[in-house]
Amino acid sequence: MGGALNGVVARITLRAVFGRKRALIFAIPPLILILVTLALKAAHPPGAPWPGRVLGDFGFSVILPLTALIIGTSVLGAEIDDGSVIHLLATPVRRSTVIVTKFAVGTALTAAFVALPELISGMIADGGAGHLAVGLFVGALAGSVIYNAVFVMLSVLTTRAIAFGLLYVLIWEAVLGNFVSGARLLSIEQYSLGVANSIANDAALNARLTLSTAVIMGVIVTAAALVLATRRLAGFSLKGDVV
Amino acid sequence: MITVELRNVSRWYGNVVAVNDITMTIGPGVTGLLGPNGAGKSTLLHLIAGFLEPSRGELAIGDAAAWRNPEIYRTVGLVPERDSVYEFLTGEEFVRATAKLHKLADPQAAARRAIAIVDMAEAQDRKISTYSKGMRQRIKVAAALVHDPQVLLLDEPFNGMDPRQRLHMMDLLAKLGAEGRTILLSSHILEEVEQLAGTIQVIVAGRLAASGDFRAIRRLMTSRPHVFLVRTSDDRLLGSALIGSPAVTGVELTRGGLQVRASDYGTFSRELAAIARDRGIRLRELLPEDESLESVFAYLVEP
Repeated sequence: MGGALNGVVARITLRAVFGRKRALIFAIPPLILILVTLALKAAHPPGAPWPGRVLGDFGFSVILPLTALIIGTSVLGAEIDDGSVIHLLATPVRRSTVIVTKFAVGTALTAAFVALPELISGMIADGGAGHLAVGLFVGALAGSVIYNAVFVMLSVLTTRAIAFGLLYVLIWEAVLGNFVSGARLLSIEQYSLGVANSIANDAALNARLTLSTAVIMGVIVTAAALVLATRRLAGFSLKGDVV
Repeated sequence: MITVELRNVSRWYGNVVAVNDITMTIGPGVTGLLGPNGAGKSTLLHLIAGFLEPSRGELAIGDAAAWRNPEIYRTVGLVPERDSVYEFLTGEEFVRATAKLHKLADPQAAARRAIAIVDMAEAQDRKISTYSKGMRQRIKVAAALVHDPQVLLLDEPFNGMDPRQRLHMMDLLAKLGAEGRTILLSSHILEEVEQLAGTIQVIVAGRLAASGDFRAIRRLMTSRPHVFLVRTSDDRLLGSALIGSPAVTGVELTRGGLQVRASDYGTFSRELAAIARDRGIRLRELLPEDESLESVFAYLVEP
């Protein structure tokens, strides 16, 4: 029946993502992150708290989720919107394979375009691969995984995945997450920061969850998102000419 | 040889019933699904293809349900109506990728074979984004054929094809049908379907309106009374003269003119001019009232 990953699906997904002009947009935020890091490094003395705040706060509340949103909604969303996904689904390939493969591609791309730049920025800020740089890298990796699972799921559930994704990131995570302690339990940003902080140990990161909470919740959210996405894709419906 | 069975299949969206209590059996050979736009042909095809869940009723391909059953695609090929294909792939890449997804032993050979069948070998290395609509149709058919399916479902396959391409496609489908495959194609044009389909299923407003070979369908459609509206210098006089003709089954004076129901269109049209001239009536306008395809189909729905 084949494994969980399918090479054909992965290749088509990669070509689809890079074939659209939208692909270039997700290279911009990480570029901004690195440029901002360089600028701040030049302007501040070493030992200042800005790296944790900028790379952690800004990086994990803006750069990571938004880049993951663009990538996560384009690995499957566009195909569903224009109907070309039908050519993939009219084959015996398992729906779980489609979801997991696209999720994997999205995660790998997000890791390349956010986690790596976070590592690089961290190394620029600290002048080496210190705790902060490694912590940011691993935290961003965790965030790539969880965000992509959720955004791929949103792509299957609704044609307005980007809108709902933005609502989640900008309102739930950024606003509620800061004022309502319960909301933090459902904040992917907090899971990522929890993981990052367990290595970086930097108060400026403002991580509010312990490592174990972050990992447990992260795993639950990822698994639930992928299972739900698979169920919905298995019931993918084409509208007729009447509706 | 696989048979598609539908028993009391219905599909609704809220208050809108798209497919209404349809029971039919589709066997080997070519079957045409005919109906005006919005009749539910696409909905029915999507139900059969496993891309829509029946609200009620049973639907089986062979002895397997189509819904939530990806295994069905080993024996079913679908050519959807919507134009969208992976534009960034070449024709050959698209068909070969489909072959790989079907886990065929030699995807490249299977792709070449399918592409040759639809006569797209010349354009196969060009990106699909450069294809015309007819070429996209053909490459979709190649992808649907690459795994040698026993059942082939085509939604308005002749859309966008020029006459030569259409003839080629008809030949291909006829050959596949003669091989014992079960082929269902939908169209709103009787002429497209009648040369090809052994059986025609007519769908109107979600219901199965008629079923039979094309001659029977055409006879049903042409034997209905034709309705005309005539405007003349003396409608009443013409009406009283026309009712004397056996070709006319009824006349009615209306505000717009004289409405005439003719059972024999040929005789009526020959007689009208002569009758009018003999009585010194000037004919101003003659309009068919119900020549639209919809009215033809609607007639078939009436008991």
